[in-house]
Amino acid sequence: MRQQVTRLSIVFGLMVAALVAARQLLVPKTFGKLGHYRAAAVEEIAARKVRYAGHEACTTCHEDIAKVHADHRHRGVSCEVCHGPAAAHADSPTEVRPSAPRQRGACPLCHGYDPSRPTGFPQIDPVAHNPLKPCVSCHNPHQPEPPRTPEECSACHGEIARTKAVSHHALLTCTRCHETQKQHRIAPQSSRPSKPVDRAFCGGCHARDASSPKEIPRVDMASHGERYVCWQCHYPHYPELK
Amino acid sequence: MKPEDPSPAEGTLDRRAFLRVALPVPLALLTGSGQGQPGSGQQAATTPTPAPPAKAEPAIPPTYKATEHDYGMGIDPSRCIGCGRCAEACKVENDVPREPFYFRTWVERYVVQTNGQTVVSSPNGGIGGFPAVSETGILRTFFVPKLCNQCANPPCVQVCPVGATFKTQDGVVLVDQDYCIGCRYCIQACPYGARYIDPVTHTAEKCTFCYHRLVKGLVPACVEVCPTQARIFGEVKLRNSPLSRFMRLHEIQVLKPHLNTEPKVYYANLDGEVR
Repeated sequence: MRQQVTRLSIVFGLMVAALVAARQLLVPKTFGKLGHYRAAAVEEIAARKVRYAGHEACTTCHEDIAKVHADHRHRGVSCEVCHGPAAAHADSPTEVRPSAPRQRGACPLCHGYDPSRPTGFPQIDPVAHNPLKPCVSCHNPHQPEPPRTPEECSACHGEIARTKAVSHHALLTCTRCHETQKQHRIAPQSSRPSKPVDRAFCGGCHARDASSPKEIPRVDMASHGERYVCWQCHYPHYPELK
Repeated sequence: MKPEDPSPAEGTLDRRAFLRVALPVPLALLTGSGQGQPGSGQQAATTPTPAPPAKAEPAIPPTYKATEHDYGMGIDPSRCIGCGRCAEACKVENDVPREPFYFRTWVERYVVQTNGQTVVSSPNGGIGGFPAVSETGILRTFFVPKLCNQCANPPCVQVCPVGATFKTQDGVVLVDQDYCIGCRYCIQACPYGARYIDPVTHTAEKCTFCYHRLVKGLVPACVEVCPTQARIFGEVKLRNSPLSRFMRLHEIQVLKPHLNTEPKVYYANLDGEVR
C-alpha cells in the first residue's frame, strides 16, 4: 500500500515536472505578459521598415518649397503623394533621389473626369484638355492656380467660334453683337448675353450711309428685304457673300 | 529463492540509479538554474526568446506608452476621389504582394443605378485609378475606402486557436507572424474581408494601422498620402485629436454595426448601400 503510493506519487511528480518543463521550453518567454499573445511580437512589428518619411521630414530640408506649397491649393497634398516614398531619400539625400512625375499621365489620376468623384473637385477631360501637352508646362504643381472662369467665349461656344473663324465675320468679336455681362462667365444661365433685335443693327455696318470701312458690302436698307429681319436669310456667324 | 533475490535488488538499484540521474533535470527546470544541472536550465531559458535584437535597438521608443493611446480612423467618402494612392502606399510601406488579390486597404466604387441595382467594383484595389463609367442610368456613384476596422471586439482574435492575432494595449489588432499557424480561421471570421494569407510566409496578414509608424509618431501611410484628407487618423478618446473633431462635425456610421464588432474605423455620412 505505502509502496504503491510512493511509486504513484513519484510517477505523478514526474509527469508534472515534464509538463512544466515542456511549457517552459515551448511557450515563448513574453507570452502572456500583456495578454494572450507574445508581447515580443509587438516589438517585432514595430521594428518594420518605414518607407514613407512623412511631410514633416521633407519640410526640414525643403523649407522653401514647403512654404510656397503651404500657401496654395495643394497644401493638403503631402509631398510623397506625387514624389513617392522618400524615407530612403531622407536617410541618404544624395544617393537616393525621389521621382518627380512630369509626364502627362500623372495628374489625371486625381484630376481626370470621373462621375464618381465628388462634385466640385477640379477635373478635366484628359483627351480634350490640351492634348499631348505635359500638365507641368502650364500648371505649377506646387502652386496650382484655381480654375478661372473661361477667358474666351470659344471655351464653351466652340462650334460657333469655329464657324465664325472661317467666315467673313472672323475678325468681329462676339461682344460686338452680343452684349455680355461678367456674370455670364460665372453663371451662364442666370445672365444671358443680348442678341440684335432689329434690321438697324446690321444696317449699322451694311447700310449705304453707314460710316464703316468701304470694303464692307452695302445694301439699300429700304428696298433689300424690307419685310424680314436680316438673320432670317443671312446666318451672322457665317454670312455668305453673293 | 536465492537466484530470484538478486534480480529485484538489481532492479531497484537500477531504478534508483536512473532516478538519481534523471530527476534533477526537471527539478532544475522547475526551480530555475540555481541547483542540480545548471546547463540544462539555462538552455531552457534562452532558446525561445529573441531578446538580444530588442535590447540592441528598441523598436518602440521608451517615450512611447501604449496604454496612453487608443487609435481610430475616420473616413469621409464624400472627399474620396478614388485615385488609389492609399492602396498603393500601403503596398509599398508594408511589402504587400503586388498581385491584385492581396490588399490591406483598398478603394471600392459604388454605382447605384436607376434600375435599383448597385454595382461595387475595385479593380486592383483602386491602384492606378478606375476605368471610365457610363453616365447614363446612374442614380449616384461614389468611392469608399476600406481597410481593417481594428474592432474593439474583434472576431478574428476570438477564433485564433493559438493566440497569434491579438489586440494591443493601444487598440490595434496585430498578427504574430512567428506564432500564426496559417489555419485561416481568422479570414473566415472577419466580416470585412480585411485579411489574407501571405503567399511567402503562409501566415495571416492584415492592416496594422502601420504600427511601426505609429510608435515613431507618424500617421499610417494611407493617411499620409491621401491628397484630399478623406482619411483622418488620431486618438478616439482625446477630445482635441483630429479624429475626435471629425467625429463631432460629421454624422458617424460604422460598417456592419449589427455584428457588435465595435469597429474603430468611422465613416462620415455613409450611403445606405455601403456594406
